[in-house]
Amino acid sequence: MEFSDILDIIVGGLTSGMLLFMVAAGLTLVFGVLRIINFSHGAIYMLAAYISYSVMALFGNAPNTYWMALLIAPIAVAVLGALIEVFLLRPMYNREHLMQLLVTYALVLVIVDATKFLWGPDPKMVLLPDILSGRIAILGATFSVYSLVLILIGFLTMAGLWLFLNKTKLGHIIRAGAFDPEMTEALGINLKFIYTFIFSLGAWMAGLAGVLIAPLTTVSQGMDSSVLLDAFAVVVIGGMGSIGGAFLASILVGLGNSFGLLWIAGIAIAFTFIVMAVVLVVRPWGLFGRPIK
Amino acid sequence: MMLKANKLNTYYGLSHILFDLSFEVNEKEIVCVLGRNGVGKTTLLRTIMGLTPPHTGSINFKGEEVAGKRPYQLARRGIGYVPADRRIFPDLTVRQNLEIAQKPGTSGSNSEQWTIREVFEFFPMLVKLENRFGNQLSGGEQQILSIARAIVGNSDLLLLDEPSEGLSPLIVGDLRERLLALKNKGLSILICEQNTTFAFKLSSRGYIIDKGRILYQGMVDELNSDEKVKDCLAI
Repeated sequence: MEFSDILDIIVGGLTSGMLLFMVAAGLTLVFGVLRIINFSHGAIYMLAAYISYSVMALFGNAPNTYWMALLIAPIAVAVLGALIEVFLLRPMYNREHLMQLLVTYALVLVIVDATKFLWGPDPKMVLLPDILSGRIAILGATFSVYSLVLILIGFLTMAGLWLFLNKTKLGHIIRAGAFDPEMTEALGINLKFIYTFIFSLGAWMAGLAGVLIAPLTTVSQGMDSSVLLDAFAVVVIGGMGSIGGAFLASILVGLGNSFGLLWIAGIAIAFTFIVMAVVLVVRPWGLFGRPIK
Repeated sequence: MMLKANKLNTYYGLSHILFDLSFEVNEKEIVCVLGRNGVGKTTLLRTIMGLTPPHTGSINFKGEEVAGKRPYQLARRGIGYVPADRRIFPDLTVRQNLEIAQKPGTSGSNSEQWTIREVFEFFPMLVKLENRFGNQLSGGEQQILSIARAIVGNSDLLLLDEPSEGLSPLIVGDLRERLLALKNKGLSILICEQNTTFAFKLSSRGYIIDKGRILYQGMVDELNSDEKVKDCLAI
């Protein structure tokens, strides 16, 4: 095997890893702060992908209208996320966890059926703008420009979230609220707004991931559940609530899958869950999570 | 009048913890609530802070009825809460712990407005710890930071839950001196303690509670010389 082949596998693994991270980051952020397992995260991701298709259709369906879709669709689902938090989740915080799970699961059914009703059962195509659809040669291998851009976006997302949570006062308040909501409120902070903001941010990130993946595949029914399973696995491997953990787990799973395909073709499907099983046996709270006292 | 509670009854689930408690704290006054472990001292402070709201009864704070208000609303009205386990945020530095607690005081409050710099001047031991994380502090340092965190929010009334617990005698002495300095700056303090000596040296008035009821109340000098009080507190 030549060096360029290895490079090709690495880029492929990182690309799928970063797409996975974009979904997992919102999921783990929402869990870390709101302590809610948001089953509807995948449905929101799919909804944004459908919206991106419609936005492009609205602006004439030229490849360059993708930029409009990239701007509008995540904002649309972020607004939806804020509404979901205020009207459906807020009354549930004092109830048992099962009720919260039921609400987010009910949302999956509602959102999925809504997409079926609005866009029909046929897959939709989303085109890439010209500037992203080419290939470039690096070190004797050629890569799709879009793959490299996705990897870059993944790293920028990680860096952005880290800076936000560690270097801004709002970030410190969010971390304090995640660690000890009662004490944070006793310091005069209204956590209601924080929760709405975080759920909305999580939905925005799911939406961004949905629009980013749309040109690579097609927008179709079922794309929500397939990504959600992997994203949950990555969140559990990294430690629930840990964004850095989800980042490393996404890279691990992405690279593991692409190298695994090379050696044992059948292992790719199982690889994520083998890693998850091993991590859960060795560190039940995940790579970077905290044991719950 | 800073705080006046009337006939508070508080429950945890079905168990009745506080029975018809009535007490008050005047402006620029330190008042102590004494009692053995498990008689309801922590619940009393949690009730005032809105963390465990009272089932019945009224809480009047600076002339406004506040029973049933959320903890953040009470904090913004000028109540500062310093819990027994300090509850410093372990992943934030000393400075960050103070920054997130910073808020302006209420208009019409007669105490001055605190900045983080002034809090550092008031508690010089925090200066060299500024960039230390919460989980790297000793018990005494955490206690001082927890009080500093309530002060930087420009509270008019501090609720202190067992502040002397687990501290060395030397630090307890410093703490007493700092709390008296806060009182002289215009703050009112309601302090729950098991350490009777510490509480009596600090306060002007006191309440003795047992099994969620007030048994005795009065000026600290009277309480201190009362044999029944000493029996109740087992001193």
